[in-house]
Amino acid sequence: MTPLIVITCYLLLLLGLGLYAGRMARGSSSDFFLAERSIGPFLLLMSLFGTTMTAFALVGSTGESFKRGIGVYGLMASISGIIHPLIFFIIGIRLWSFGKRNGYMTQIQFFRDRLESENIGIVLFPILVGLLIPYLLIGVMASGTIINVVTAGAFPEAFADFKGGVPPALGSAVICLVVMSYVFFGGLRGAAWANAFQTVVFMIVAAVASFTLASKLGGFESASRAVIESRPEMFTRVAIGKWEFLTYLFIPLSVGMFPHLFQHWLTARSARTFRLSVIAHPICIMLVWVPCVLIGAWATSAVVGGRPVIPPNFANANAVLPIMVKKLTTPLTTGLLSAGILAAIMSSLDSQFLCLSNIFTNDIVLHYGRKRTFSERQKILIGRGFVIVVVAITYLLSLAEPRSVFVLGIWCFSGFGALFPVIFAAVYWKRLTRAGAYAGILSTAATWLYMFRDSGFGENRHYLINWLGPDRGIMPAAVMFLVCVVATVVVSLCTRPPSDACLRKFFRT
Amino acid sequence: MNRRIMYIATLVLIVLHQDVWFWTDARLLFGFMPIGLAYHALISILAGCLGAWACYACWPHEIEDDDTP
Repeated sequence: MTPLIVITCYLLLLLGLGLYAGRMARGSSSDFFLAERSIGPFLLLMSLFGTTMTAFALVGSTGESFKRGIGVYGLMASISGIIHPLIFFIIGIRLWSFGKRNGYMTQIQFFRDRLESENIGIVLFPILVGLLIPYLLIGVMASGTIINVVTAGAFPEAFADFKGGVPPALGSAVICLVVMSYVFFGGLRGAAWANAFQTVVFMIVAAVASFTLASKLGGFESASRAVIESRPEMFTRVAIGKWEFLTYLFIPLSVGMFPHLFQHWLTARSARTFRLSVIAHPICIMLVWVPCVLIGAWATSAVVGGRPVIPPNFANANAVLPIMVKKLTTPLTTGLLSAGILAAIMSSLDSQFLCLSNIFTNDIVLHYGRKRTFSERQKILIGRGFVIVVVAITYLLSLAEPRSVFVLGIWCFSGFGALFPVIFAAVYWKRLTRAGAYAGILSTAATWLYMFRDSGFGENRHYLINWLGPDRGIMPAAVMFLVCVVATVVVSLCTRPPSDACLRKFFRT
Repeated sequence: MNRRIMYIATLVLIVLHQDVWFWTDARLLFGFMPIGLAYHALISILAGCLGAWACYACWPHEIEDDDTP
């Protein structure tokens, strides 16, 4: 019962913080969706970091390390630490500037102007929303599962069918309600404050978990020595292909095209606000991932009282961290860890919910509706209405029990990453044309669909492209990226350049 | 010029990230830290340092100037 009490207290605290932030609202749609572009360096760092780090940063990193060894840090974390800040620097700051100058609130508004195409939204909207929804579902379903696991045994009679824990559907509903409440009332300001708080929580939790677990395993040296003695390969990268390792760098490019990150960039108070994020983002990644990856490797060889903490050939890798904490620490620590994992999930969910509401409101209702007749108050009401609709639809989809959606995570990232050439060209290449952008987007979508089908709709979790040889599988994102580059460049060069007015708006000379 | 150095430094970091030399090395640093993990933690720190240098030496002041009221 203690973990449930800790989680409840945490959720109440979060709700209070979000509602308090909502009291500072200024009553404009720009404030609701972009916090009046007033976010400072620390809140921006926490928002960007919290949004890019999902539950995977804590639970998934430990689980992947348990399966494949410490190489997952290089595969997923350190490459993100190089690519993400670079994108903040070369793309984020420029988009912020365009957004401030031209009053953009969504990514589609930028593309509409840059490509001089009223209908680019019709192509981009289903792709962006289609890739974002599975990403949302992962968070909603993971939150329900975690609450169920850590509360197992607390209600042996009431929830006997769920191992005595809170049913996943109920846990997911509570998380959705909490996130919806602070986004509904606080808009992006509420989400940014909540993100900052939650990001600090899950960073502390990662550190506390590693110190506590290490001490229970006889100290850092003892825990690592056990791995060297029984599973030394876990401290190497033999489970990861060299080409897979190389081509994984296309995945973190996804941050350049995430619509919810675009929205966060627009909230910055000034260009200088980005500096802290550019510098500290890779350090924050390291602080969270290194302890979790170590714990995952330790778990392969951890023995307490002559028995392994995690059984050999344990299949559910994502449960490794919760089980380690539950078996080796106190219920209070288990509760705190669970709150940390939920924090990581919710700090992504809030931005995604608000982003979808923003897209529906500004790119659909206001763009295709009677734009001039809506007052600021009405725009906020529409935005809030869509927050409820988006949360409700996501929750209902999660009830349909599409458990395989977990494998879709990497496909969502691949899709966004493969579209990166379009945003890069839009910012830096004057010769990018409307037809070129359409060609890039549509060819990427077609390649994505082909490969996704070829992977058995995500069933083949280790799907790689083996064109270079059987042991040289590369990530599908690398191929999609290449297709996007070729289609965008070739078609742009074959079609009429953008107008002078458009070029003057986005380029200095 | 500084921008060019920033792009080159980023490329160097990406090349250093492909550390085939530690691929099968399970040695421990400080008695507990696998050398492959320590190396990549160092890459993260270097990425932070590169970011700090980029903010100092190749900051896009023209954007700042454009948006100063």
